[in-house]
Amino acid sequence: MGLRSYIATRILLTIPMIMLLLSIVFLIIRVIPGDPVLLHFERKASEEAMEAMRQRLGLDRPLPIQYFEYLGGLLRGDLGLSMQDFSQVSEQILSAFPATLELAISSMIVAVAIGILLGVRASKSYNSPQDHSIRAFGIVVYALPIFFLGMIFQMVFAIDLHWLPANGRFPPRLQEPRGLILYLSKPAEGFVGVLAWSSLVGLICWALCIAALKRKRVKFWVKGFLISLSVLLAGWLVWAYLAWNFVNVGALRISTGLFTIDSLIEGSPLKFVESLRYLFLPSLTLGLVLSGVFIRLTRSNMLETLRLDFVTAAKARGLRETAVTYGYALRNAFLPILTMMGLQFATLLGGAILTETTFSWPGLGRYLVDRINFRDYTAIQGAVVYFALMVAAVNLVVDILYAYLDPRIRF
Amino acid sequence: MPNVEAKRGILARLIPPLTSLTRRGSAGWMTIIGAVMVSTIILVTALGPWISPYNPTAINVSPPPNPSPPSADFPLGTNLLGQDMLSRILCGGSIMIQVALLSVLFCFIIGVPIGLLASYAGGALDKTFTLVMDSFYAFPGLVLAIAIAAMMGRGVVNMALSIGVVYVPSYYRIVRSQVLTIKELPYAEAARASGARGRTILLRYVLPNVVPSIVVVATVNFADAILTAAGLTFVGLGVGIDVPDWGWDLTKGRELLPSGAWWVITFPGIMIVLLALGFTLVGEGLSELLNPRLEK
Repeated sequence: MGLRSYIATRILLTIPMIMLLLSIVFLIIRVIPGDPVLLHFERKASEEAMEAMRQRLGLDRPLPIQYFEYLGGLLRGDLGLSMQDFSQVSEQILSAFPATLELAISSMIVAVAIGILLGVRASKSYNSPQDHSIRAFGIVVYALPIFFLGMIFQMVFAIDLHWLPANGRFPPRLQEPRGLILYLSKPAEGFVGVLAWSSLVGLICWALCIAALKRKRVKFWVKGFLISLSVLLAGWLVWAYLAWNFVNVGALRISTGLFTIDSLIEGSPLKFVESLRYLFLPSLTLGLVLSGVFIRLTRSNMLETLRLDFVTAAKARGLRETAVTYGYALRNAFLPILTMMGLQFATLLGGAILTETTFSWPGLGRYLVDRINFRDYTAIQGAVVYFALMVAAVNLVVDILYAYLDPRIRF
Repeated sequence: MPNVEAKRGILARLIPPLTSLTRRGSAGWMTIIGAVMVSTIILVTALGPWISPYNPTAINVSPPPNPSPPSADFPLGTNLLGQDMLSRILCGGSIMIQVALLSVLFCFIIGVPIGLLASYAGGALDKTFTLVMDSFYAFPGLVLAIAIAAMMGRGVVNMALSIGVVYVPSYYRIVRSQVLTIKELPYAEAARASGARGRTILLRYVLPNVVPSIVVVATVNFADAILTAAGLTFVGLGVGIDVPDWGWDLTKGRELLPSGAWWVITFPGIMIVLLALGFTLVGEGLSELLNPRLEK
């Protein structure tokens, strides 16, 4: 099986899985409880009020129709209205998502860094006290409830020592970083320009493709086709993003929603340091809890690799110890670590819910927990669907990456 | 990872690796330490109502101001309601242990038979179940548990069910991978050739060889179930206030953090860590003892 047919199969297999996931969520939230509206009001509202809400949310229709409306809405990126205030759930989720993404990325970095450092140290001192204590550390860290660790950190570093803030994402006295905002005199020029450039580059690639086809260099043609397609697509995406921003913000706004990056784009070192200070404890908490898996993985992989002939050969050539360990041996452990990063993504999101609740981090997890307390079942459904889709997407990307990097998987 | 020489009888597969634990290096010691931790905590929790100095749910057993730090009368301090923390620690494990036991039992009852039947039968049945289980497996566990628990309402059984659903796929997967290998072994083939029925092969030849792996998965699952139960309590889906519960104390303690009341969160937190750690150690030890192929 070639790489392309592997990817095609993998994508095709994802579709029934996503359908199943969506059906499971629908089943849990709409079917199991019987009537979410009744649950929402805890039977304390008048029959008319409940009927009005059912009509407004479309919950009065037969279940099969609700199911198809739910799927159709998802296709349009519409997650329905919130029971609490009838606002668009998808908008609320999109505004909460960057905070979760920032937390997830930084904790993944912490987890992998700790995992690789300690894992390598343990494998190099196999069966020594150092090895045993690192293994014990990995096991203990795995058994820690995330929010307990978080609260201990808050207690020590925020409340007792006053080194770091205990709650939130950004100091209220400062304005949140908004990225770069360009007020153009003729705003239309901005995104029309991007569109024109991307189309131009895309067309040039097309022309090259056709020229290559005429000379029957088929392989080159395929590559050129893919490149031109992706250039066009990327240009369109950038264009759509800028246009969307213009409509919403009234100016061209270049921002990622990640405060650390946005403050850098904005060119404000103060805001960058502040956002790092707020990010530090949450990501350390989540990263530490996740690091156990990476420690074990790195250790066992390095133990196997360090025994191989090419490592001995590298040592015999007189290379320095660190060069052999990190440059030669660790490279072999990279693939399993990448796979594990994908597999741990689901755990990471689960942990993010608890971390965000502990540190009042305004992300998706905190949104979900808030909505649980409001008994806002449509919003809960939206958030759960969003989590599920994210995990499915990450798993797909990791599988494809893995197949690309390791040819064995394709055959 | 089925062992190449398959043996009959569940006990014959389980007991020999577990004898003379002290002579089996770190794996043996891990199992022993973990088992001691777990059984001590379970024993303390079972005896809790008799040995705790105060009623764990009675309010204002200590005179205000509350929460008060550890003192001679209240060795672990009191919480905001003036309840004795020591009594709450001694009794507070029951909910978590019940939830973990019930959820592992639930996984076992659902996951193992489905895994055995579907993978032994093969074909469309196997494919369907694998797809369903994979979808559940791909779900972030805590999110799924939160969604189910939020819809089903409070209670030990509901909590156990919502946690159980999350872990069924791990049982299914391990059983399936084992059955697929074992049913092709010469041993099982010989049984089939001598005219044994499918049911006999499954129960007397395949199942005993699957059991060690299931035991390992179950022990590790105990730790996960306890942590998930604590997590559910933390997001507000716990059992309630009328029962002492470490998870609940920890959750409530978060509000007291700014006042510097460290004792309200530290002790229940440590208990949860010890319980989860105990199960993790047993799981780690068992997986090395029961799967000799992994041993170096």
